[in-house]
Amino acid sequence: MTYREAVRAALRKALQSDPRVFLMGEDVGRYGGAFAVSHGLLEEFGAERIRDTPLSESTFVGAGIGAALGGMRPIVEIMTVNFSLLALDQIVNNAATIRHMSGGQFNVPLVVRMATGGGRQLAAQHSHSLEGWYAHVPGIKVLTPATVPDAYGMLLAALREPDPVFIFEHATLYPLEGEMEEDTGLMDITQAAVRRPGRDVTLITYGGSLGKTMEAASLLAKDGIEAEVIDLRSLRPLDTPTILDSVARTHRAVVVDEAWRTGSFAAEISTQIMEKAFDELDAPVLRVCSEEVPMPYAKHLEEAALPQVNGIVGAAKRIVS
Amino acid sequence: MSTPRISERLPVDREHALFLLREMLRIRRFEEKAAEMYSLQKIRGFLHLYIGEEATGVGAMQAFTPEDAIVATYREHGHALARGIPTGSLMAEMFGRATGCSHGHGGSMHFFDKSRRFYGGYAIVGGGLPIAVGLALADKLQKRPAVTTCFFGDGAVAEGEFHESMNLAALWKLPVVFLCENNLYAMGTALARHQAQTDISLKAESYGVASSAMDGMDVLAVEAAARQAADFVRGGNGPYLLELRTYRFRAHSMADPDLYRTKQEIEEWKKRDPILLFQSQLREWKLLTDTDAARIEAEVTAEIDEAVRFAEAGPWEPVEQLLNDVQGRVAS
Repeated sequence: MTYREAVRAALRKALQSDPRVFLMGEDVGRYGGAFAVSHGLLEEFGAERIRDTPLSESTFVGAGIGAALGGMRPIVEIMTVNFSLLALDQIVNNAATIRHMSGGQFNVPLVVRMATGGGRQLAAQHSHSLEGWYAHVPGIKVLTPATVPDAYGMLLAALREPDPVFIFEHATLYPLEGEMEEDTGLMDITQAAVRRPGRDVTLITYGGSLGKTMEAASLLAKDGIEAEVIDLRSLRPLDTPTILDSVARTHRAVVVDEAWRTGSFAAEISTQIMEKAFDELDAPVLRVCSEEVPMPYAKHLEEAALPQVNGIVGAAKRIVS
Repeated sequence: MSTPRISERLPVDREHALFLLREMLRIRRFEEKAAEMYSLQKIRGFLHLYIGEEATGVGAMQAFTPEDAIVATYREHGHALARGIPTGSLMAEMFGRATGCSHGHGGSMHFFDKSRRFYGGYAIVGGGLPIAVGLALADKLQKRPAVTTCFFGDGAVAEGEFHESMNLAALWKLPVVFLCENNLYAMGTALARHQAQTDISLKAESYGVASSAMDGMDVLAVEAAARQAADFVRGGNGPYLLELRTYRFRAHSMADPDLYRTKQEIEEWKKRDPILLFQSQLREWKLLTDTDAARIEAEVTAEIDEAVRFAEAGPWEPVEQLLNDVQGRVAS
């Protein structure tokens, strides 16, 4: 099963099991989803529940908030994270605030999914990784499933949350093949996962960078360096204990994050380690991030802008030796 | 701009007439008291008064049942009072007390009341419209007969969310009454200085949203027009935009020196003060006596004084609870 099929399977299961669930977004119906995630769902569930929207990000996200307030369980698909900026007012000023601003009277059980990330030569308006911006905002949850079971299980878990959940699906992951147990169901969305145990250095990553980081760990192993790989899975809430436990054993950490370095979520993780595990560190925490440039189109330039396996290997070796 | 007048009056009975008058007076006196409490620094932050616009909120609210949903703006004291949210809890909210309608988290701009389907005052202009569209979608999908009404001002029609919401509500035939309180100014910028097309109902029509405009200083005309709009929407005909032409007598907020309009213009509009206008109508129709007027005034004053006492007596939310209402727990 692919990551794409896993998301679709979760959507189907949610639509089958809860009449309050519906999906809306640009081209989710007749077109079948810009990334073909919702392919076939219109035929199966009808136009009332698989709703094509106009190109009105702000209003269909706001309508998702309103529908959630009104007792539904909307799933809103935004085509890419760059487009989500058109809905930033509704997300930051409304979705994230209504519970608090109303003194806890109202809550917004809204799930918003969107594609994120680069690597597909789509240049500077379709390739950025802005999930770290959203993770800045209290009142929402930010999930970054990186595996096939997580693509399925985290979406179902998000639908049980009483507050807005934003799911960032790295667009290069959709064709990813993976195994999924028959009984994959609800899963915890607050805990990071140790994807590979190791004793020499902790590599902390999430989403689309997990594959590159796992590859880097394999290469490091050939040189006798055992890297532990942590997949954060959720940026907010952040599972700091899992990070600190690992650093307490390895005493070294590299953060791999496809977003830009300046003001990044990688900086947040690095700071948390510095604040809470300073005495454990044998070396500075390093960051492998995107270069400070809008994403270029040309393949060789895009590759140079994004974190790559050799960069991760190099950073790890620099602090392990 | 010509202001259409309603030609046929509602056959208004005395009881209802006095109720409407009282509702408008409650808002007027509440706002005057709020200004006083602001000058005493009991109320802080931004304070946007509704004085002059009482007929729009009171008249419009008559068209909606407790099952209907309300979405309001940051100038929402009048909407909240007309919806029946207790006066004391509103004053306490502005005092920042835990007994406020939003537990002191929202203040003047963010009144909420779940039990009255009052989904809040929104302070990013235009931001409430998409939420109203979504509430109406939820009602429609759950086959509830409710309608959602969304208040907003003339400033909001410049926002993309206004245009997107008109289109989506019409496209999906959603039960929304869009109530535009056109007080002629987007903060300090006159309508004609920010809109190429100043006829707001015309904008709605271009999206296939039925619409009309009404004198917003005549409470009976507003009520009749709002009932018509609500009936249209309840009939499954899709959304309706009602533009109510009104004027705020006070500045945009307490921080506004009001330099962008002339005193003469304000005085001209005050001649059409919705409360004085209605009182003189009622006296003409022999529906209001001096005794009635004095009694209503005394009752309203007592209610507002009691609201201040309630607000003063309210506890502060303990700082230990600061983070309590950020996120909820997953139900097991």
